[in-house]
Amino acid sequence: MSQESTGSRRTYFIVYAALVALTVVTVLVSYVNLGLMNVVVALAIASVKASLVALFFMHLKSEDRLVWGFALVPLAFLALIIGGTLLDTMLR
Amino acid sequence: MTGHVEERTDPRVAFEAAKLGVWAFLATEVLLFGALFTAYTVFRIQYPQLFYEQHLKLNRILGTVNTLVLISSSLLVALGVNAIRRGKTRFMVICYGATVLLGAVFLCVKYVEWTEEFHKGLYPGTNIFFSLYFMMTGLHGIHVLAGMCVLAYVAVLAHRGRFSESYYTPVELSGLYWHFVDLVWIYLLPLLYLIG
Repeated sequence: MSQESTGSRRTYFIVYAALVALTVVTVLVSYVNLGLMNVVVALAIASVKASLVALFFMHLKSEDRLVWGFALVPLAFLALIIGGTLLDTMLR
Repeated sequence: MTGHVEERTDPRVAFEAAKLGVWAFLATEVLLFGALFTAYTVFRIQYPQLFYEQHLKLNRILGTVNTLVLISSSLLVALGVNAIRRGKTRFMVICYGATVLLGAVFLCVKYVEWTEEFHKGLYPGTNIFFSLYFMMTGLHGIHVLAGMCVLAYVAVLAHRGRFSESYYTPVELSGLYWHFVDLVWIYLLPLLYLIG
C-alpha cells in the first residue's frame, strides 16, 4: 500500500519548483568562472535534481529494497566502469 | 498451463513484477548511456582545453529551454499517474497528450540547434567534443522519440477506457521510462552545455 503514500499533487509541484530553480541556478553559475569548482557545482546540482526526479516522480521514496537495488546497482557498475577505465587511461 | 497461472496471479504481484521488469530495463539503459559518459570523462580529462573551447559554441539558452521543457513534461507525467490512480482518466489523457507535445517541442528545439551547428560547420567528425555531443544528444533524442510513441499509445488506450484506479500498470510504467529520459538530460545539460 505504498502507492498512496507518495505522490500528492502538492509534493509534485514543490519538486517541480525546486527542479526549475536548480536549473536556473546551475545555468547562472556556469557564467561565473570558478575554475574546477564549476564542474563540482554543476555535477552536484545535477545529482540533486536527478535524486528529486527518482525519489518523487519515480516514487523511489516509497519503494521497497528490491527496487532500490535495481536502481542503485547499475549506478555502482557505472562507477566501476568509469573508475576502471580511468585507471587504465590515466596510468598508461 | 500459463493461463492457469495467470488466473491465480494476484494483480498486485503482477504489478510489482512488471515494475521490476522496467527497472531492470532502465538498468541496461544506464549502462548504454554509461558507455558514452565514460568516453566523455576519459576525453575530457585528456583534452580539457579543447572541451572548454568547443562547448562555448553550443547554444546554452536553447539547452536550458529544453531542460525546462523536459522537467515540465515529467511533472505532467507524474500528475497523469496521480490522476489515473484516482480514476480520473480524462485528466490523465490530457497530461500524457501534453507530454507528447512537449516531447515534440524538445525535438524541434534540438533540430534548430543541430541545424545551427551544421551551418557553423560543426559536424560529428569535427572533433572529439562534437562527436560526443552529437552521439549523446542523438541517442537521447531517439529515446525521446520512443518515449513519445509509448506515451501516445498509452494515452490512446486510456482514452478507450482500458485503465482505471484498479488497473493502470502501463500508465505508471511508461511514466517511469519518460522520467528516465528526463534524468539523462539532467546530466547532459551540465556536461555538454555548461562545463564542456
